[in-house]
Amino acid sequence: MSLVSIRDVRKSFGQNEVLKGVSLDIAKGDVVAIIGRSGSGKSTLLRCINGLETYQSGSIVADGIEVGGATTNLRELRRHVGMVFQQFNLFPHLTAAENVMLAPTVVNKVSKAEARAIAAEVLAKVGLSEKMDAYPSELSGGQQQRVAIARSLAMRPKVLLCDEITSALDPELVNEVLRVVEQLAREGMTLILVTHEMRFARDVGTKLVFMHHGKVHEEGVPKEVFAAPRTPELQQFVGQVG
Amino acid sequence: MLQFSFWDILSNLLVATQWTIVLSLIAFFCGGIVGLVLLFMRTSRIAPLEWFTKIYIEFFQGTPLLMQLFLFFFGIALFGVEVSPWAAATLALTFWTSAFLTEIWRGCVESIPKGQWEASSSLALSYIEQMRYVILPQASRIAVAPTVGFSVQVIKGTALASIIGFVELTKAGTMLNNATFRPFLVYSLVALIYFCLCFPLSWWAKKIEGRLNVAR
Repeated sequence: MSLVSIRDVRKSFGQNEVLKGVSLDIAKGDVVAIIGRSGSGKSTLLRCINGLETYQSGSIVADGIEVGGATTNLRELRRHVGMVFQQFNLFPHLTAAENVMLAPTVVNKVSKAEARAIAAEVLAKVGLSEKMDAYPSELSGGQQQRVAIARSLAMRPKVLLCDEITSALDPELVNEVLRVVEQLAREGMTLILVTHEMRFARDVGTKLVFMHHGKVHEEGVPKEVFAAPRTPELQQFVGQVG
Repeated sequence: MLQFSFWDILSNLLVATQWTIVLSLIAFFCGGIVGLVLLFMRTSRIAPLEWFTKIYIEFFQGTPLLMQLFLFFFGIALFGVEVSPWAAATLALTFWTSAFLTEIWRGCVESIPKGQWEASSSLALSYIEQMRYVILPQASRIAVAPTVGFSVQVIKGTALASIIGFVELTKAGTMLNNATFRPFLVYSLVALIYFCLCFPLSWWAKKIEGRLNVAR
């Protein structure tokens, strides 16, 4: 059974239909790389999965919860579906550890001491043990993004959504973030990434999704799809960015 | 006939100043509490709550404070409830203050980047939790300067309570003028006292604003 099941999802912003019937199945442990041109709907699709965007028709079921329903318990859904953003979005008034501890203490009602232990664990995982008490403004972009990943991990998500998480980083900082994601993938974390890092998508991804004009235009095993793109659109796209 | 020396006038004005200060503090704190509740309603994205606060704010910002004082003083009396000038002034100033503070604070809340809302939503925080732990701690830093600045308006606003018979600084000035026939002296002193109350606040507000700008 798939962990995330997307069925014929349609979404418009006003007159502009950005998702034109997208279907996708994601199993536990999948590392799905969604690629495509800007405006192809890939970020919107990702944001629909945890309810940051609503959609007009179709269905998305994530971890057994129907996302788009009128009575959907988004809080319950988001406890199990984490998200990391392009702009990090760390809470600037809190230290790295406090950023990580916030959701466990507030949402999961974990004690401060326990939350601190979780923070130590997840920050160690992203290689930032020594930065626990640093404020976001004292960290580099790559470090901030790793704290953001740790913050999501603290909730023990079953799926982690990553929305172009290296796009706002200086080139020399990209790899430290990708290494963390790669390690998560190796540990069996289910990941859905919107990315422009083609090499990463090919080497780490278990599934590649190419979106074009609001639809899944091509999907498959990354190495195969990259080696032999079937559609001219993907051929052209890979030619341009690869 | 009773003779008033300069010091008599001044000491009488200073006694009444206490009531200006008390009324200002009550209006400011009660207005702040009501304003905070309204702020939560205004930014809740729950349509009826937003509409209510919008109308409330439009009413209290769009009509003169003097009218509001009259409405509370005479209006409530129509229902057979005796309202003291004290109660009417407190109520009117509280509501008036809350409307302005809500708008000031809403601006501060809206200046917090959307990503802060999205990140905290994605961490499963509820709206109240987002406000409490993520948005307000950041917005309140920005809000201090304009809020202190607005407190000056509250102090000056209390002068209108004199018209419904509440004896504060302005009313005391009017009474002393009637007794002494020295309007220039009396009202100069009244103005000076208001200035001494307001200027430090304006100065402080400017100072905080400057400090926040440097921090950026």
